[in-house]
Amino acid sequence: MAALAGGLAYVAHRFGSVLHYRWDWGSLGGALLHWSVAHHAWRAGLLLEGLEATLRLALWSSVLTFLLGFGFALCRISRSLYWRLLGGLYVGFVRNMPLLVFLFLFYFFLSSQILPLLGLDRLGHGAGPAARFWLGLLFGPPRELSAFVTGVFCLALFEGAYVAEILRAGLQAVPRGQWEAALGLGLGRRETLWRVILPQALRASLPALAGQVILLIKASSVASLISIPELTYMANEVSSSNDHVFETWTAAAALYFVVCFGAASLFARWERARGTALAAGPRA
Amino acid sequence: MSGRGGESAPDPTAPAIAFERVSKWFGAHAALRGVSLAVAPGERVVVCGPSGSGKSTLIRCVNRLEAHDEGRILVEGIEVDDDPRRVRAIRREVGMVFQSFNLFPHLSVLENCILAPMRVRGMARAEAEELAMSYLARVRIPEQAEKLPHALSGGQQQRVAIARALCMRPRIMLFDEPTSALDPEMIKEVLDVIGELAETGMTMVCVTHEMGFARRLADRMVFMDAGEIVEAGPPERLFRAPEAPRLRDFLAQILRD
Repeated sequence: MAALAGGLAYVAHRFGSVLHYRWDWGSLGGALLHWSVAHHAWRAGLLLEGLEATLRLALWSSVLTFLLGFGFALCRISRSLYWRLLGGLYVGFVRNMPLLVFLFLFYFFLSSQILPLLGLDRLGHGAGPAARFWLGLLFGPPRELSAFVTGVFCLALFEGAYVAEILRAGLQAVPRGQWEAALGLGLGRRETLWRVILPQALRASLPALAGQVILLIKASSVASLISIPELTYMANEVSSSNDHVFETWTAAAALYFVVCFGAASLFARWERARGTALAAGPRA
Repeated sequence: MSGRGGESAPDPTAPAIAFERVSKWFGAHAALRGVSLAVAPGERVVVCGPSGSGKSTLIRCVNRLEAHDEGRILVEGIEVDDDPRRVRAIRREVGMVFQSFNLFPHLSVLENCILAPMRVRGMARAEAEELAMSYLARVRIPEQAEKLPHALSGGQQQRVAIARALCMRPRIMLFDEPTSALDPEMIKEVLDVIGELAETGMTMVCVTHEMGFARRLADRMVFMDAGEIVEAGPPERLFRAPEAPRLRDFLAQILRD
């Protein structure tokens, strides 16, 4: 505690006397919210716009991460050698590469070649205003859609390898007797997996999965490097235009903290709800 | 023998279970060596023997929880083999109770019982619940229906496991050391339930170390050692006049007190 207090005091001292840094939180005002004369309303500033993009990115890549992770976890526990090899290859390939390198590879090779074929830029052209509003809220502005989709797929493919390993461990931790009891009752393998094994595996994996979601939210900051205007990208913009580096990045850190802490609390609450459901009823 | 390999409809006139020179290896270890045994419909067979003698493997081959390597196994005339359709047809008619209960811990007692009737037999929920409650009443724990398994004692859990198997209305029940994981004071409640079941005329094969129970319940006792059936016959005869030296040794050890 003393060391921590001493360290903090030293940092404060450096700010005050050595750097002669003049804190000016007022400089951030416009980057969070600003009054739009044209619209006669409060509008989100760059940082909040960035936060919105980060949430979109985190949401869709989490969904895709779980689908991929679940699919590859099933590959890894498959009885067929082919699927096991495929799952092993994916996990081995992705986990042994830095996220940033993976992102660039993915961005320059795959998305510049494959995405134009899908015609994403034309999506929503024929949509009405209501549909356009929802598309914008869920997926961001249409002209940024191609980069957004790249970012989502890249993050999901990357994090999916870790989730695959978490779920594989969870699935394999369920005792063999559970399979035997369900199969012995005449249930098929798929029903056994879905109704008996997976619920138990998920419960055991929940804490690790929560950690992985938080890592994913934070990892989404690398998407700024392929020009997705998410929180880190916007903070970079703001700090270079207002010259208040410390305030801007402190604000960005606070926003990330709120999002991650919120996600962690949601998971903790979910875990508690399932935990208390299990603890119900006295032992006879 | 009526069973051709391709058949998947049960034949009630065939033996309930027929083992024909069945062998099974775990690596280099032979768990079963050419075992032949026919269980008649309605017969109650108790399998005993020292641990590692292959008795659990024997009954686990009946519903294909283990795959045998040689010989044939026929359940009501249906051959047990790699065909998943036939395996499922057999599993629908053969109930199994395990040493370690294996209740589904995330489902309530009632949900444990209705899962298979609904998913495998296509029963409606209300009908399945009614069926489950009647069997839970029969094993004398209807009041625990809403609880999760871990809130129950071992004896209660095993009685739920029996009810769960019965909810599929099997014609054959397999018991794999059903009382071996129980505290002594709970063994009787489980044996009583199995004993009542035996009086209904259901075909039963039970692996157990409870010799008194075997003597009361079994039509036939099978003694296994080192993957072979050493001696089989009415339990009274096996207890009174065991012929094989290995059975005499086994009984001497088990009944020494």
